[in-house]
Amino acid sequence: MDTSRSYLEPSSFSKKLAATIIIVYTVITLIPISWMVMTSFKNVNSAISYPPEVFFEPSLEGYVNLFTNRSRQSQEYLDSLPPPENWYEELVRSREMVITGPSKFLGRYSNSMIIGFGSTFASVFLGALAAYAFSRFRVPLKDDLLFFILSTRMFPPIAVAVPIFIMYRKLGLGDTHLGMIILYTVVNLSLAVWLLKGFMDEIPKEYEEAAMIDGYSRLQAFFKVVLPQAMTGIAATAIFCMIFSWNEYAFAVLLTQFNAQTAPPFIPTIIGEGGLDWPAIGAGTTLFLLPVMIFTIILRKHLLRGITFGAVRK
Amino acid sequence: MSQIKIANLQKSFGDFTAVKNSNLTINDKEFFVLLGPSGCGKTTTLRMIAGLELPTSGEIYLGEEEVGMLRASERDIAFVFQLFALYPHMNVKNNLSFPLKMQGYSRSEIKNRVDEAAKLLRIDHILNSNISSLSGGDRQRVALGRALVRRPKAFLMDEPLGTLDAEFRELMCLELKKLHIDIGATTVYVTHDQLEAMSLADRIAVMDGGEILQADEPAVIYNKPATKFVASFIGSPGMNFINIDQGISNEQSTLNIEGTNFNIPKQYEISKSKKNSFGIRPENLSLTNEGGLKGSVFGVEYLGSRKIITVKTNFGEIKVKTNISTSVKINENVQVKPSNNNIIIFDGETDRSLKSEFMN
Repeated sequence: MDTSRSYLEPSSFSKKLAATIIIVYTVITLIPISWMVMTSFKNVNSAISYPPEVFFEPSLEGYVNLFTNRSRQSQEYLDSLPPPENWYEELVRSREMVITGPSKFLGRYSNSMIIGFGSTFASVFLGALAAYAFSRFRVPLKDDLLFFILSTRMFPPIAVAVPIFIMYRKLGLGDTHLGMIILYTVVNLSLAVWLLKGFMDEIPKEYEEAAMIDGYSRLQAFFKVVLPQAMTGIAATAIFCMIFSWNEYAFAVLLTQFNAQTAPPFIPTIIGEGGLDWPAIGAGTTLFLLPVMIFTIILRKHLLRGITFGAVRK
Repeated sequence: MSQIKIANLQKSFGDFTAVKNSNLTINDKEFFVLLGPSGCGKTTTLRMIAGLELPTSGEIYLGEEEVGMLRASERDIAFVFQLFALYPHMNVKNNLSFPLKMQGYSRSEIKNRVDEAAKLLRIDHILNSNISSLSGGDRQRVALGRALVRRPKAFLMDEPLGTLDAEFRELMCLELKKLHIDIGATTVYVTHDQLEAMSLADRIAVMDGGEILQADEPAVIYNKPATKFVASFIGSPGMNFINIDQGISNEQSTLNIEGTNFNIPKQYEISKSKKNSFGIRPENLSLTNEGGLKGSVFGVEYLGSRKIITVKTNFGEIKVKTNISTSVKINENVQVKPSNNNIIIFDGETDRSLKSEFMN
């Protein structure tokens, strides 16, 4: 019998097994995403070719089509034009089209950014204040209030779509950035309060007390001492809030049209313009994926750091 | 530095009264220890002085100023927490300068003060370290340093050595005492460890059940405890108590226990209680062949310079501290007799020590 091995340390076999399972799982989940990214770099023909092309000549046609509006022209007309000024004009003309102007994608994309980050910031900020209050103060009916806050998540948000639609129209919040930020904040806030309360409970109150003795007010102590230590929770909460408001589709379709329309309801509309432009759809979805991915990667280190802080001795 | 005075201080949490009607005066530059078992109200008292809890009633004076209802940030005191509460997201230097930044000192002044405190506490070599990389003792020093840089009116410490290991605690005890002598700061220190209290304090207040039972110099607390609780809480082992089912009359100077007459200090108070007890410390007892309380040896503990012999008598176990040459066997029949007149009679109704020639 092998006695040299610690029973706490997993055997090399189980480590290998775990690694294999993780790799297989990762590959399976990454196939659709990598296919999407590949499609975005194909041209219209290779995107729909059968059998599917795994190796292909990369093209930026999808991205050009995503950012531009084009119209088909006769060869005669194209010949009469001055030579193309840049690579994307050349690319479009080789498809017998001319660029008629920028598409709405960039506007929709920045709407998504404003509304996504705006509502995430608002949810986390308000959530942190509420969670701190619930964690530290003697709030009357605390448990009931917390349950009440949670109960706003006990039905699908879209169930209240009609009243919200009517309310927003009356209030003039329909199709505005502010309206969408408020809406997503309301939906996310209960999650933020609950998640952050758990993290706040873990932070010993001695830290704020020390700061208050050091001459800071409670609010200053909250910002300078409590919040930095709640970074783990804030990062986790921010990621969840961001993912929800970034991906939200139903309310965005219902409440936004021109001014504040976000990317999710816009991307499907690309399909309608001149047949199924799969590379452009691929490009739109790829770009749509990037911010959440980058946001998560940036915050990821906080998720782990909080666990290893260990300056409090319990 | 300032005198601290608390008057009729009371604190209730709902139905529970944590601190009952307390009065104390802590002199300027004094090292004052609040001592008691857990839940006795010592930490609550300290937190009220700090402003971390507001009193239910009563006043707290810091110098001349009544601060009972002021916030902690308005009181100009420093607090050292049991778990130190060093800000983990800042390095040592930033922890030390954190209180100064709030008070709006110039950058050079902050640097001077931090360097000065660091030098005094010998932490100048770790100023740029992370808190999480420090040892317990260094954390302790940083926590003291953070209190020190402010030059506050008083230092409040809540069991700051409680989490250190025994060897290190002794060292930090010495350092604390030396630091106190060097800077002469009014210090209120909370602990449940009587040895720590004895070695550090100029004066000790013993608390139990939210009440201050006695506040005096360590030697007085030890030799002349005001109540039975103080007598049993202080000393290791604590005082022996022998129940005597008889009252005490004025000027009484002998006591008959089990047919043997014992001399006691001349009593100046009358007690009619039938549950009085006779208290004597283990070092004031000796083993004898006759004229004492009969019993048999139950256990012998060897302490290096002394021996503690536990004798089983009709009045329970009695501990005797003897010199090392005393040799007895387990179950051997012995008699226990007071070796001097340091005897205290405790009233059975109030648990208070009665006034006598010794307890004057």
